[in-house]
Amino acid sequence: MNATESVKAIKGGEFLIRETAAESVFIPEEWNEEQLMIAETCTNFLAQHVTPNLSRIDEQEAGLMPHLMNEAGELGLLGISVPEEYGGFGKDFKTSMLVAEKLGGGHSFSVAFSAHTGIGTLPILYYGNAAQKEKYIPKLASGEWKGAYCLTEPSSGSDANSGKARAKLSADGKYYLITGQKMWITNAGFADIFTVFAKIDDDENLSAFIVEKGFEGLTLNTEEHKMGIKGSSTRQVFFNDCKVPVENLLSERQNGFKIAVNILNIGRMKLGGGTVGACKEVITSSVGYANEREQFGRPISKYGAIRHKLAQQAILTYASESAVYRASQNMEEATELLLESGVDAAKAKLKGIEQFAIEAAIIKVHASEALDFVVDEGVQIYGGMGYSAEAPMDRAYRDSRINRIFEGTNEINRMLTVDMMLKRAMKGELDLMGPAQKVAGELVSIPDFGGTEEAGLFTKEKKYIANFKKAILMVAGAAVQKLMTQLSKEQEVLMNLADMLIELYVSESLQLRVEKLVNLKGEEACKEQLDIMRVYINDAAEMIAKAGKEALNTFAESDEKRMMLMGLKRFTKTEDINTTQCRRNIAAKLIAENKYCF
Amino acid sequence: MKILVCISQVPDTSTKIILKDNNTAFNSSGVTFVINPYDEWYALIRALELKESGIATDVHLITVGRADVEPIIRKGLALGGDEAIRIDADSNDPYETANYIAGYARGAGYDLILCGKESIDYNNGTTGAMLAELLDIDYIGFAADIQIEAGSAIVTREIEGGEEVDTVNLPAVISCQKGVAEARIPNMRGIMAARTRPLKVITPSALTPVTAILSYELPPAKAGIKLVSSDNMDELVELLHSEAKVF
Repeated sequence: MNATESVKAIKGGEFLIRETAAESVFIPEEWNEEQLMIAETCTNFLAQHVTPNLSRIDEQEAGLMPHLMNEAGELGLLGISVPEEYGGFGKDFKTSMLVAEKLGGGHSFSVAFSAHTGIGTLPILYYGNAAQKEKYIPKLASGEWKGAYCLTEPSSGSDANSGKARAKLSADGKYYLITGQKMWITNAGFADIFTVFAKIDDDENLSAFIVEKGFEGLTLNTEEHKMGIKGSSTRQVFFNDCKVPVENLLSERQNGFKIAVNILNIGRMKLGGGTVGACKEVITSSVGYANEREQFGRPISKYGAIRHKLAQQAILTYASESAVYRASQNMEEATELLLESGVDAAKAKLKGIEQFAIEAAIIKVHASEALDFVVDEGVQIYGGMGYSAEAPMDRAYRDSRINRIFEGTNEINRMLTVDMMLKRAMKGELDLMGPAQKVAGELVSIPDFGGTEEAGLFTKEKKYIANFKKAILMVAGAAVQKLMTQLSKEQEVLMNLADMLIELYVSESLQLRVEKLVNLKGEEACKEQLDIMRVYINDAAEMIAKAGKEALNTFAESDEKRMMLMGLKRFTKTEDINTTQCRRNIAAKLIAENKYCF
Repeated sequence: MKILVCISQVPDTSTKIILKDNNTAFNSSGVTFVINPYDEWYALIRALELKESGIATDVHLITVGRADVEPIIRKGLALGGDEAIRIDADSNDPYETANYIAGYARGAGYDLILCGKESIDYNNGTTGAMLAELLDIDYIGFAADIQIEAGSAIVTREIEGGEEVDTVNLPAVISCQKGVAEARIPNMRGIMAARTRPLKVITPSALTPVTAILSYELPPAKAGIKLVSSDNMDELVELLHSEAKVF
């Protein structure tokens, strides 16, 4: 448990039982010149082409969204992660994450962009055969063709494999005839290519098909009226014996569910990047407004209540961002290892990403909830103007909400976080048992009062994080032991465990980032980042304690429960810090810079 | 036709200016730097347009600065510049800067040298004219439109109440302002190509600047606005006289 491993050896989910060295994580302060230039292109594209047109986009002005997508395509932004041989730029996962982040503040445009470059393009890129890739990918990478993804049906959302859409082979054996109804299809109104999931005959599992807009039997419903992302095209797509040439079956028969799940893993990570970008935009607007708006003769940014909000917005954003890029780097390195071992490029990428599916789910939940907090406080900082549809917070507030629903609801992602962790332990891929037993032993031994190790800048936080791991291993271990096969049905306990894991992963990612940053720039240049870390970890300890207690009270009993509750208290104990002063320091920096600046 | 575009690095327009060393220096710590907008949006983009329309064959960029200015040079290359030259020197003095550029451009066969009408940091607006003088070629400042025809540049300038159209024989130096071209965003192809385009670093013979900055002063903070009722002209006149001191 104390062995610091090189990141190359770190597998998905291992953050629970291993320590990571700060120098091995990627932090966004390390972007190279080319990546910064790509980021600037994205920022300028949003500022010049998207932001001035947000109202027109939301009114779904005919042709505007495809036009913006074409412009993004001309700049090369639709082909960032597509290999050069297919007309893209072959950039690594982190760079494509940076693009997702920088375009994340583009409201409905961001949704169209992510749907096209993610679920619209990647199934064909990663699972298509050579002919399929040659035919479709260059046009998707340039934006000449727009992509969409048809998985959800009116009666199958979270339970995606239960879809009713069916495919049968035509009498001449040349076509699959797809019949069914797909719902909430992003980009449907202007998409040229749809990746459609349907079961062939009475198959147990889905298959995936590449369907062109012009194929006979495909029709679109009208646009859905939505709470937010109003400019994003969302329609039902109907398939009525839709004639799909047999060569358009993607991958193998019944491989569709696997495709859907793996593509969603990428989508979840990217959603994390996008929402972090949106958070930064909203914070910049919030700080700007707080500096301008005067009440009682002073700008409202002078008041502690507002400063607290600004600081908390920044704390959650910075923390989420730390997790996003740490996991992106891990995925990339896992992919590289697979490539070195001779696995082909597309498979290596998918496997690398699959390995970090737990982290992807964690990031999806944390970042989408961070954005919801940030926009909510954004509205509050704007006060009456926050509630006006004339000010930017109205759109930000409504558009944020979908992020907790799509790419798997946050509840599904919480359950997946725990489920995947336990499954890996059962399969022997992740040794949770040994460390959990060690913690159980620690419970009955004399507590460690500390004080022996050398006090460094991060000593306390590292100790807290090591203890968070013990708290989770203790509660999760007991839950598995007590509830056994019933655990999967005790969703409240799963939610508690997921919350604990999320807080651990984000706390650790944040601590590692700040440690690396201090090593690069010195303590003096990182004062506010240190404050961000201290406040976040302080609050995380309380959240972990609360979730753990709730879980233990659900299934544990008598002396054992008392012992574990005491252990939980010990493992989530932190020294008191003046979080008010920390938040004031963070807010002061934001206010002086008049923008998100971390 | 070969075009040389002079670019300089300036603080981003949203930079909060902080002075140091008893107001004798600008504190550049944490500042984001960009290509001077007049150099980028107008001079460089017009040069690229001339290349795209087949009139120019080569667009070279030149700047005076240390290695830390290379990101802005590569942005210029990402926008479409063919090669770049960095004169490895520090200079805030327009005469010194003009001399460095002239030292490189003299005899290098440039038909047209474009620059912004001024840089948005020190706002001297004189480098272009000095450069033309040092190279002994013509200079037209503040161009709002540039067309090339048969070895000449037809330059439109905005003047009070109208426009002035000048024709100048090439080679010449022209400084550019709004209207000459439209800003562009570097695309991925350009960004990736920028890495491989040549960037020459030239160590010049040291020159003695003819000017020196003794101290900086921030503009006074904006005073509060006083609202005067339209019925009260006497008060307005009194305030203009006693406070604003306009007469």
